[in-house]
Amino acid sequence: MTDERTPPSDGRRGRSRRRSRVRPGTSARPVSGRHPSDDPTAIGAVEPGDPGAERTVRPWEVEAAAPTAEDRPRGRRRRRSVASLLADVPEDTVIATRRLTKEYGQFTAVDSLDLTIRAGEVFGLLGPNGAGKTTTVLMLLGLTEPTRGVVRVLGLDPTREPLAIKRRVGYLPDHVGFYGAMTGRENLRYTAKLNGLTRRESDARIDLLLHEVRLEEAADKRADTYSRGMSQRLGIADALVKDPSVLILDEPTIAIDPAGVEELLALLRRLVRERNLTVLLSSHLLGQVQSLCDRVGFFAAGRLIASGPLEELARGTDAMQSVELEVGVDGDPAGIDAIAAAIAGVQSVRPHERDEHLRVVTASTDVAGPLATALANAGVPLVHLRRRGSDLLELYRRYVPEGLDVHIR
Amino acid sequence: MSTSADLPRSDTAPRSARRSERPPSGGWRTIALKEFADHVASVRFLVLLVVIVVAAIIPMYFISTDISGSAPQLSGQPALFLALFVVGSQSVGGVTTVAFAALLVPLVGIAFGFDGINSERTQGTLSRLLAQPIHRDDVVNGKFAAGIAVISVMLAALVILVCGLGIVRLGIIPTPEELARVLSWWLATILYASFWLAFALLLSVIIRGAASAALVGFGSWLGLILFGQFLLPLAASALFPSNTAGTANDYFASTSAQAIFLRISPATLYQDIVTALMNPTTKSVLGVGNLGQYVSAQEQIPSLLTLDQSILIVWPQIVALVALTVAMFALAYVLFLRQEVRA
Repeated sequence: MTDERTPPSDGRRGRSRRRSRVRPGTSARPVSGRHPSDDPTAIGAVEPGDPGAERTVRPWEVEAAAPTAEDRPRGRRRRRSVASLLADVPEDTVIATRRLTKEYGQFTAVDSLDLTIRAGEVFGLLGPNGAGKTTTVLMLLGLTEPTRGVVRVLGLDPTREPLAIKRRVGYLPDHVGFYGAMTGRENLRYTAKLNGLTRRESDARIDLLLHEVRLEEAADKRADTYSRGMSQRLGIADALVKDPSVLILDEPTIAIDPAGVEELLALLRRLVRERNLTVLLSSHLLGQVQSLCDRVGFFAAGRLIASGPLEELARGTDAMQSVELEVGVDGDPAGIDAIAAAIAGVQSVRPHERDEHLRVVTASTDVAGPLATALANAGVPLVHLRRRGSDLLELYRRYVPEGLDVHIR
Repeated sequence: MSTSADLPRSDTAPRSARRSERPPSGGWRTIALKEFADHVASVRFLVLLVVIVVAAIIPMYFISTDISGSAPQLSGQPALFLALFVVGSQSVGGVTTVAFAALLVPLVGIAFGFDGINSERTQGTLSRLLAQPIHRDDVVNGKFAAGIAVISVMLAALVILVCGLGIVRLGIIPTPEELARVLSWWLATILYASFWLAFALLLSVIIRGAASAALVGFGSWLGLILFGQFLLPLAASALFPSNTAGTANDYFASTSAQAIFLRISPATLYQDIVTALMNPTTKSVLGVGNLGQYVSAQEQIPSLLTLDQSILIVWPQIVALVALTVAMFALAYVLFLRQEVRA
């Protein structure tokens, strides 16, 4: 994975930020910097024709959601705490949640989620089924109201201004469906019309999108004749019809065969790059999306366990800062032991947990090069050499305790 | 809860921003247009149209034969044109066009509503639809509007067909008063169908499976028609027992209580409305409440009411039917707004 578009923020900073979030001093927000329209009492002072006013203010200073019934008695206190919750949100943030919580009765679907996604970033929200990924996405779009906490998408509160958000955010739901009696093109036209596009501007855009998702030939067939992969591609075109700046994809690779997944990911990669989109994608298929994401967050039982660029997650948590290598040779793996142990930095050599033909070499630094040379010099043909921790599934296992992994209600 | 999520926006935003955020065409209209197109192209529309037209034309055909067969006796009879709708020929067992319509209209209303919301859910289109910049209530409003539009078109076809064939077969031109009565019957029937449409939409919100929603809908319709006229008076007579040893006023009190109870049922309300609208001689639909009314009803000279007088007689019924429809729709609306989007 290239680092060229990885934003300066990293997982560790995110964690420390969370810790400092509730410091009392940060709650003093500069009230004067607020946009007049944010203050309900100042409505008369607003100049409707002033287009610059919206841009000069940091959107994060907009006040929080209307207090819910239980919060109303302490509304003033709550407002200030919202400002402080958003105090650490960087300027170019597109999606921010702070202490976002959603409860269904006794069950907590999302638990104090802090998420920061910056412009141009591809963020992967990874977790098992039922971890609260879809609930989070629905709260971002204002389709479900949070129980507690703050959400800002493009600086707007989804609870208050769902339409403004939905106009600029493309959404591909999990198990996306289309009206079977209409053709793919008609389905897209309907979406365009709901977005207030005229027939003329939408037709050109739809042609282009259908070309990009390679559905030109099927475009005028009924949508109920589409395969799962075609529906998914049409879903991506559908999410892009409104020409969004943010794309939210919920389980985009679900129920597609491996070849289709590869194709879909290639398509997404291209679209995201061409259009400079900010993307939030959720998935429980870790390996499938890792090539697409700049940053990932591990999600389990409603909580974000860890987040950051993949390499950093791979490095960051290893307490010993040690490197583990999987080594396999042609012949008896016991032949590795002595050769590997002789290399400087190697701490241990043990059999692989699952594969009896492999050895796991633990070292304080990356000894892949010296090890390969040593094996070659000893005349032992090397057939397998892999650094551990580069795989999402391994990372996920490391971060998410076993109990959370099998989270079944 | 997403009740406030998609409701009209808060007042804190500048006015200019608010205007620009409204979809230009109005979300509900876009949805209604699409739904209307779907309905008209659907098989169920064709089937129902054929059923309704056949059911309306058969009684009308026989009664027009009867009327033209006995033309000399009937000439000068008031409101003869309306007889096409409300008089049944003996050759078809006295069934009238209006009665057929009353029987079938709930079917039409349910047919265009029972899968309104739940099919979107099972198809996976609901979350996609709601992710577009429309208010959540636009979905219900659009579907309700589309349903009413389809039903109106269907009933208009029926009315025009019966009137046209009637003119051809009888050779008489309806008076403006008669036309106005037919038109008001059309409107009342649309209202009645809207009640069933709202009921079906409510079912489509509550019941996740379209098939079960349809079954419950048709079941309620049959139940109301078959058992409503027995069960409701039964409840009334339990509350206001008719005592044979009592006075005449006791008797009238009991029967009028039964009559009131029957008017909980939209079917009875609609029947009252049609009776008054399509029969200018109808002076009362409620029956008599006491002995004095009974006597005065006996002493009345038969005469024709004007349309506005007829409407006045059943105004309470019209209001009650509107109220029932609104209540059904409001319930569907509120429940849908509070529902979780995810399946």
